[in-house]
Amino acid sequence: MSITVNGLPVPLPSDPRVSLLDMLREDLHLPGTKKGCNQGACGACTVLVDGQRILSCLALAVQYDGRAVMTVEGLAQGGELHPLQAAFVEHDGFQCGYCTPGQLCSAIGMAAEVKRGVPSHVTGDLSAETIALDREELRERMSGNLCRCGAHNGIVDAIFEVYAETEAAE
Amino acid sequence: MTPFTFTRAVDASDALTRASDVGARYFGGGTNLVDLMRETVEQPTTLIDVTGLSTTIAETTDGGLMIGAAVTNTALAEHRAVRTHYPVLSRAIVAGASAQIRNMATVGGNLLQRTRCTYFYDVEGSRCNKRQPGQGCDAIGGFNRIHAILGASPSCVATHPSDMCVALAALDALVHLSSVSGTRTLPLTELHRLPGEHPAIETMLEPGELITAIELPAMPMAARSAYRKVRDRASYAFALVSVAAALEVEDGRVKDVRLALGGVAHKPWRAFRAEAALRGGPATVAAFTAAAQVELADAQPLRDNGFKVELAKRTIAAVLADLAGVSA
Repeated sequence: MSITVNGLPVPLPSDPRVSLLDMLREDLHLPGTKKGCNQGACGACTVLVDGQRILSCLALAVQYDGRAVMTVEGLAQGGELHPLQAAFVEHDGFQCGYCTPGQLCSAIGMAAEVKRGVPSHVTGDLSAETIALDREELRERMSGNLCRCGAHNGIVDAIFEVYAETEAAE
Repeated sequence: MTPFTFTRAVDASDALTRASDVGARYFGGGTNLVDLMRETVEQPTTLIDVTGLSTTIAETTDGGLMIGAAVTNTALAEHRAVRTHYPVLSRAIVAGASAQIRNMATVGGNLLQRTRCTYFYDVEGSRCNKRQPGQGCDAIGGFNRIHAILGASPSCVATHPSDMCVALAALDALVHLSSVSGTRTLPLTELHRLPGEHPAIETMLEPGELITAIELPAMPMAARSAYRKVRDRASYAFALVSVAAALEVEDGRVKDVRLALGGVAHKPWRAFRAEAALRGGPATVAAFTAAAQVELADAQPLRDNGFKVELAKRTIAAVLADLAGVSA
């Protein structure tokens, strides 16, 4: 039984009670992924599994046997920040930073969902083949990630710059 | 969390064999059960991962859809046929939880999620007949703004939290079940129970019985359907009241209608009475309001949730008016 975390295979915990979040933080010493509410209400623990964003606090590690997990530690490549990380710095997309790893992973998963055409609560036309990532869509799609500092405007600006304008330019 | 063993079922019959233990529970995305186990509300001794069950959504021979129990909420909401033929279902799903949770949660698990009554969750501090049969209910005399107004009992006033199920109730969905003694189907509207004297028993499932699929019958009128959810904040909150509706109007009259409510009862509440009042009548705001009145006639609000009665009536009338294209 093993899973891949940021490209490296790691063994799963022998105790099935261990959440994916606790495995990342306590067993693998990857503290980037944060424990906020530990009950699925805040989004701080968001990671990507096979490219899909999930909450690692509501996941048992053993559930993800054979899958590929990406955490915030896996985003920067070759010493270069991921473009979204750079945009968060540029736009003051954080204050204390606690929610930031979850925001980053969530936004990356969100961008893939938009590209795939997954509708959201504010999508006007369900039959549309493509969905434009405007600010209303972005805010709704990121509503599972809370920021108690209230940096949401900067967060929205950063994500918008990286994903909305890129999409528009394509 | 109480210790348990974790196993993975390769298919339905494997799952049924593994479920013979008394303390066994089927396990989907885990988004509700992991939390309940952490709070010790649930203490299974064996978890049987059933995400290996069907994840396909296939057209049935009569033009409906068969949805595997392990399909994720996201996969169902984004499916082209659902968006086109049953938009109320896509709308209900994306109104629920957050994108992360919808990516994890399965269709089967969504049906069996448990109430968000805060007293049910409060193991240390509150009495709850659902958690501990016979103990009493602290919600009835407590803070009960989010609780039921229809079909509750002196034992329990909890509500069913699902959005998806409200749409499924309106769509005449069938639940396909499998057990060691064979297979059967139940209408979604008959899967969940009202609390009565035994609120701990929430569904008509037999011990060990497994949800294998949800079937949507063909329903051309559902192409014109809608879901409206009223909640305390604009996103990522449970419903205070929600309405799922499909409406077919011909020559200004209601030819057919499907109507269901969420956030008001122990089960997804199919509004059969309102439907009967509407069929054949005028498609007007006055008629929609009158039908809503009929459905809520037996509402029994608690100390804090009287507002839900009026809210439900107004939401029903507004959703039907939108679908009929008449102004409220």
